[in-house]
Order: sequence, then structure tokens, then C-alpha cells
Amino acid sequence: MINNFTRRIALATAASAALMAALPAAAADWKPQKPVEMVIMAGQGGGADRLARLFQSIIQKEKLSAMPVLPVNKGGGSGAEALRYLKDKEGDNHTIMATLNSYYTTPLRTDIGVNIEDFTPIARMAIDTFVLWVNADSDIQNLDDYVAAVKAAGGAWKMGGTGTGQEDSLVTSMLETEFGLDITYVPFKGGGDVAKNLVGGHIESSVNNPSEALGFYQAGKLRPIAAFTPDRINVFPDTPTMTELGHELVYSMQRSFVAPKGMDPEAVAYYVGMFEGLNANDEWQTYTSEKALNADFLTGDDLQAYFLQERDKHSELLSASEGS
Amino acid sequence: MELLGYLADGFATSLSPLNLFIVLMGVTAGLFIGAMPGLGSVNGVAIVLPLTFIVPPSSAIILLAAIYYGAMYGGAISSILLGIPGASTAVATTFDGRPMAQQGKAGLALIAAACASFIGGTVSVVLFTLFAAPLADVALAFGPAEEFALVLLAFTTFVGLGGDDILKTIMMICLGLALSTVGLDLISGQPRLVFFDQPGFYSGISFLVLAIGVYGIGEILYTIETQKAAPQVTPAKLTFKELWYGIKEINKMWKTLSFGSIMGFFVGMLPAAGATPAALMSYGIAKLMSKQPEKFGKGAIEGVVAPETANNAASTGSLLPMLTLGIPGSPTTALLLGGMVMWGLVPGPMLFIEQPDFVWGLISSLYTANLAAVLVNLALIPVFVWALRMPFTVLCSMVFVLCLVGGYAPSQKMHDVWLIVGFGVGGYLLRKADYPMAPLVLALVLGPLMEKSFRQTLIAEQGNVMAFVERPLSGTFIAISVVFFLLPLVKHVKAWLGRAPSPTNN
Amino acid sequence: MLLADRLIALGLMALSAYFMWHATVLPIGWNGMTGGPGGGAFPFWLSAIMFVVAGAILVRSYRGQIEYDPTFFDPETLRSVVLVVVVLVITVALIPIVGAYIALPLFLLWYLKVFGKHGWTLTLILTVCTPVFLFFFFEVTLKILLPKGMTEPFFIPLYARFF
Repeated sequence: MINNFTRRIALATAASAALMAALPAAAADWKPQKPVEMVIMAGQGGGADRLARLFQSIIQKEKLSAMPVLPVNKGGGSGAEALRYLKDKEGDNHTIMATLNSYYTTPLRTDIGVNIEDFTPIARMAIDTFVLWVNADSDIQNLDDYVAAVKAAGGAWKMGGTGTGQEDSLVTSMLETEFGLDITYVPFKGGGDVAKNLVGGHIESSVNNPSEALGFYQAGKLRPIAAFTPDRINVFPDTPTMTELGHELVYSMQRSFVAPKGMDPEAVAYYVGMFEGLNANDEWQTYTSEKALNADFLTGDDLQAYFLQERDKHSELLSASEGS
Repeated sequence: MELLGYLADGFATSLSPLNLFIVLMGVTAGLFIGAMPGLGSVNGVAIVLPLTFIVPPSSAIILLAAIYYGAMYGGAISSILLGIPGASTAVATTFDGRPMAQQGKAGLALIAAACASFIGGTVSVVLFTLFAAPLADVALAFGPAEEFALVLLAFTTFVGLGGDDILKTIMMICLGLALSTVGLDLISGQPRLVFFDQPGFYSGISFLVLAIGVYGIGEILYTIETQKAAPQVTPAKLTFKELWYGIKEINKMWKTLSFGSIMGFFVGMLPAAGATPAALMSYGIAKLMSKQPEKFGKGAIEGVVAPETANNAASTGSLLPMLTLGIPGSPTTALLLGGMVMWGLVPGPMLFIEQPDFVWGLISSLYTANLAAVLVNLALIPVFVWALRMPFTVLCSMVFVLCLVGGYAPSQKMHDVWLIVGFGVGGYLLRKADYPMAPLVLALVLGPLMEKSFRQTLIAEQGNVMAFVERPLSGTFIAISVVFFLLPLVKHVKAWLGRAPSPTNN
Repeated sequence: MLLADRLIALGLMALSAYFMWHATVLPIGWNGMTGGPGGGAFPFWLSAIMFVVAGAILVRSYRGQIEYDPTFFDPETLRSVVLVVVVLVITVALIPIVGAYIALPLFLLWYLKVFGKHGWTLTLILTVCTPVFLFFFFEVTLKILLPKGMTEPFFIPLYARFF
């Protein structure tokens, strides 16, 4: 046990030394003066929350921040509450926000007076992927079987997912458009709930993130049909991608951090450095490969450009899905 | 026998001196956190999670189990002493716990709550040990339709809990349900009832805010007015005689205890339901089965025992879907799940096969933590009872401060503190006009579950309402709820028929 | 009591009408296509029931079948209640401005010394110990920060020391 403990300390020291070296000289001047508030755009227990809390634990364990990072859930109104809160925090150096795709979709769907261009991008930690799942007891083995089965159900096919207007429903509407399907979309509170209902046979398919369905997949209860990714996912080497099957269906979920408008550049540099340290962390890298997350680190103007490009893409997706 | 071996290994670790020390610390901390209005096991688990990376994993699990149990026991303490349920699971405990405290029997109520919690927890852990893996399938059989039927069942068991005024009871149920729809409509993904465009309403109205407002602020205002600042509670004394008496009394309630524990475990196991409906159903059924139902709500020990047995059993049960399916049924289990991921464990169907050390270590720490929690709790009862002997104005000022801070802490929004004051004044006025408060608070807790599962089922079944009755499990629940709903009505009608000829009756 | 009962019933009717108006933003009807009630249906129809029930309570009060206590408030102690509520509102309003660590002790000072008429010793002990306890329990242990308002700068050395 003592051994273990000293090893941890050694690791932590090594990590912080590496971090110090990586930091630009200017950033070394600024340190958080008080605990940093990490606003989470989702409620407790969901995928976004779990990931944000994982980051917090690694940051604390490896002492990546001079002050504790305190997660606060503001999941109300699909993140509308968090976005409004961040808007009011203009110029605050001690608030960062963990985002997901509702970062674009929520302001697009309802007018909440928030323009995401104003916020300061910090870092994109990962891109989560989507996979089409069915219950392992069903006869559906591939995409053709799936499309045939949905068509045969004549509109009664039950697809489970997260709230309407959120990621899963967009992927579902992409499927409907591509294959000319008519699907009944049943919204659930979170991805875990969806996976459980799929295993229990209360719904017939889902587009869960791999991390949400992985446990059931390993237990042989769920079957992946196709992945909405450009390349095959390492964890599911036998599952074809939609692109391979001749359908241009690619969708992903970003997991990024942003800060309020007008945060001091030194503070921005500090947090970017903190997330760089996190990105280099072994534990995080192991987690991403196990959970089929794509740890695609991105910061600064490139990240802002990515956000805006994604927002335009979602604007099209939303008008397509709500128009149908 | 393989099972016993695993368990013995688990006990060997959990009984080492370091771990015993950790258990005692964890349970004590958990008790105090749980006893604070507004704070519960979520906060306790959240603070110790980072610590668990410093101590060895086996001690970490024990620490978490100890905090978890401590906080569950602690929830009853503020329900009984202050009349403020610290968590939704402890609402039912206030029904009789509070009157008992007012009659000077706070010590007895606390003893009853502790012993009942212990029994509920123990039965539940035993069930867990024996049937964890096969029971996971039961949780899977629960879809939206079954969830709806179960919530309906929980609702009908407390139909009789309101005051005598049926109109006012209906009023409060509807108000609670309407308040529960504030925020986001999950199904369409659109915000609704966002009053005055305040962003605080996006996340809805939390149970804690309403409970602290109505039971905390509202209750004190009521006492200030009606009792002219006279002591809120009769000073309570605690003697060994009372302890012995309490234990003897509880012994007689084996029916309530066994029913509460088993039912609590099963209801807690269902990811969506959890400990609140379990506690309510246990209370409602204990009242239905009791030979003296009129004593309930006026300080019956059984009214404390029933919900406390069930909510502890349910909290243990709720660990089951988290471990076997990887689905957190409550914010606390969600945090635990996060912690397990940090330790490199994958919760889910494979956990029991791949990580038996962890699973059985956890289960044996549940046994240890439960035992430690009851002992520490009993030992601390004199301290809690002593707190009640403070002068009324001192106690009040402390409760006001705790209500404001406790209301702020979970969400960290001033918006919620304002709501607490608002609900406090509103609740005080409504109470004065004889509107019952329990249906309001419980409707707020159960409302979101009910609406969500109702609409999910209808969407999945293409609008076919008969789906609820046609499915075997949900059909059974609905049939039982109809019976529960009619029982009190039949009693009313009988009583009314019997009374009608009497001319003195107004 | 009679008047109060009527006023409260009227107030609840107004409240439910307000809820109903708010709920109509989303569809309140039954949609056969997507299955089941729309997003506004639950709040709307529940509020509608509230409206009817409150109306029934009002009507009932005029039919005089129920006996009411002659007084609703106890005039002697109503003053205290109103006073406490006003001070509570002031305290909550002060929290974001001067911070919880000034507003709450001020409240305690008023409540114990002025309202409760306790001695200075007890008052001062509680007014000083409560914020200290809150700081260590909520901020240091539970890592829940309370609002500081303008007192924020004074806490920076404390953060540096305890976190």
C-alpha cells in the first residue's frame, strides 16, 4: 500500500513537472486564486456528467490545477440554463464549462439570447462516436436486415434515445432520411436508460454511444449493426461503418471545455495547459481507448472554427429533422 | 459455498483495524451530512470520492459504503427532530416522526428509526448477497409501462394520507404535479413553464427546495404564530429503559419490518423508482394493515418504522442495477459508478464474473457499514436529543440558517433560496387554511416519473392506452392500485352509512 | 378564517390560470400520430383541475356547510411572523451583495438579540461560530462555495491556506 502511495506521488510529481515544462512562460504568472467552477451542461449521472467528473478526479489526483475544480450541474433546459449562466459570467477567470452537442443545438432550437461565438474556446478533449444497436436476441445481423425489419414494422419500429432535438434524435432522423424509414422515436432520460430498455426488449434499437452500451455488449446482450464513424472503431473491429456500406452517415459528439467571454488570455493559457496535461495522462488515454472515445485534442482558434462549422451542420440537421 | 468463501475474504479485509477506523469515521461523517437539511448521501459520496484514490481500493469501497449508510440513517434525524425531510426518501418519516418529537418522544422515534433502518438494510444486503445476479433480470423487465404502473401504485397508497378535506387534498396533489412539470419537457425537448423568463426555472423545481421551504421555513413561521414562541417540542429525555422499550416495541412489528424490507429492496432495485416510492408504499401499507390506522400521523412508532425500513432497504437495492447493469438509479449511485470507472472497473453484467474480489468486498463492507451505522447512530441519539433542548429562538435561528444554506448548497443558485422563502410563506398560509402538505411534496417527487413513463409508453405503443393493462406486470400493478384506491373509499362509505342516521352528526 | 379561505381559494384560481396560460406554449391536446398527450397537456389539464377545485372550495364557503374559526391569524403573534419574513427576505437579498458570511451573522444577531432577547454572550458566540462552522463544513469539507459578494477578496488567503 505504501508502495502504491509513493508511486502515485511520484507519478503526480512527474506529471506536474511535465506540465510545468509544457506551459508557456506567460501562463506561469497566472494561477487560479479560488476554486474553479466547472459547469456541466447536463444533469447528474449522464454520460457528460460522468466524463466531467472523471476529468475532475484526474485533475485533482495529478494536481493539474492549483485550486480544486468543482463540478456544478446546470442541466436545465437541455443546457439552456448553463449557457445563460456562462453568459452572465463574462470576464470571470474561475469558471469553465464542459459541453456536449447541445452547445449548438440548444441555442438553435430555442431563442435563449446566447451566441456561442462569444464564448472562449479552451480545449476539445474527445469525440464520442455513435453505433446502431439491436438486442442480441433479434434476428437482425446486418444493416439490410435492419432496414427490412423497420420497413416491415410500418412506422411502429421503436427507436430509443435521449431527449428530442438532442444527438440521438438527430442520428435517428438521419437514418430515416437516408433509408426512407418511418421510425417511432421514444425519448429517455439518459443513454444508460436507453441501453437498459433495449436489453429489456422495451424498444427495438438504439444509437447509443459505445461507452453506454459496452457493458451489455461484452455480456453478449446487444449487437452492433453499424457505426456512424469514418473508420471502424477499435473495440468493435467486426462492425462495418455506414460509409463502408455506401451511406454517408457520420455523426459524432464532441466533449469540449469553453470559458466565458472575456476571460484573461493568461487564464485561458493556464486552463489550456491544464487540459494538455490531462490529455497526456495515461489514465485518460487508457479510458478513451477502452471506451472507444476518440481523444482528438484541439484548442484555440481551430476549436472555435470547429464549433462554428458544427453549428452550421446542426442547423441543417435540425431543419431537416423538424421539417419532416 | 463458493459464495461464502468470497464473503469471508471480503470480511477479512473489512475487519482490519485500519478499515474499522475508516468505517467509524465514514459512518459518523455520513450521519452528520445526512442530518443536514439539503445534504444527503450525494454530497457525502462526492467529497470522499477523490479521497478514495489515496487509500487502497479495498478501503475506499468501505469508506464509500460507510458514508452511504451513514447518510441514509442521518436522513431520518432531521425528519424527526426538525420535521424537515433531508431527502425525498425521508418524507414519509416526518408523518409520524415529527408528532412523536412534539410529544417528547424524539429519543424513542430516533431509536425506532435506527433499528428499523438496520433491519431494512440487513435484510436487503442478505437478499443482495444471495440473488444479485438473477435479480438483474427483474430490473430489465421494467419498461416505461411498468414504471408508470408502479408510480401509480405508490400514489394510491397515500391517497389516505391527506387531511379530511378531499377537495383540498386533490388541490395539493394537482399543484405538486403541476409544479413538477416546470422546466424542460423531455419528450419534445422544449422548455415549459419558465416563469418570468428566469433561467433558474429551466432545471425545474427541486424536491429539496419545496421540502425545505414548506417544512423548514413554513413550519417555523407556523410555530412562531401558533405557539407564541413557546417550546416547539417537549424536552425529550433518553434513558436505557426507553431504549429497551423501543426495541421491544419494534420486535412486535415483524410484519411491517419484513414487508418493508423485502418490498423496499425490490422497488429500490428498479432503476427509475428508488427509495421514495418504496418508503411511501411501505407507510401506506403499514397503515392499511394496522389494527389502529387512526393512530398513524399522530405519532405511531410503526409510522416511523415502516418508511425507514423500506428506504434503507431500497437504498441498498439501488446498488444492484448500478453494479449488474451499469445503470445508476440515483445521483449517488451515478457518482459511485464514476468512482468505479476511475478504479478501472467496468460496472455491468461482466463485473460479477471479472471482478469478484471487488463485488464481494463491497458486499461485505455493506454488512460492516450497516452495523457500524446503527451503533454510532444509537450512541449519538443523546446528542441529537440534547439539541432539541435549546431555547426555541436559538433552535429557530439555527434552522433558518441551515435552511438557507442547505437550499443553496445542492444547486448553488440564489434562485432556489428565493424559492425556499416563497414556498415557506406560501406553505405557511396554505397550512393555516388546512391544506395538507404531504400530498404536495410527494406529488412533486413522483410527478416527473409518472408523466415521463406515461408518455413514453404511449409513444412506443402508438397511442394505445390499453398497453398499460395488457402487459402482465403493469396490469397487475394497476389492478392492485385500483384496489388500494377503492379500499379507503369503501371504508368511508361504510362509515358514512353507519353514521348517517345519527342526528348529531354535522 | 372564512375570508382567508376565500382569498386563498381565489389566489389559487389565479395561480392555476397563470399556469394554464404558460402551458399553452406547447401543444395541450392528444396527438394520435406521435402517441399521447403533448408537452403542455400535463401542466395545462392539472392546472385546469386546480382551477375547478379552487372554485369548488370558494363556492362551498358560500354555502356555509363548514364551520370556520372566527379568526385566521392570531393578531398578537402575526406581527412577529411578518417581521421574521421581512428580515428573512432582507437577508436573502443581502447574500449576493455582501456575501453569506456577512448576511447570515447579521440575521443571527437580529434574531437572537433583538427578536429572541438573548444575552450578548450567547448571541456573540453563535454569530461568530456559525459562519466559522459553515466555512469549514461547506467550503473546506464539502467543497461547496457559498456566495461571497463583495467579501470575495478576503477569502483568497483562506482558499490558499485550506484548499
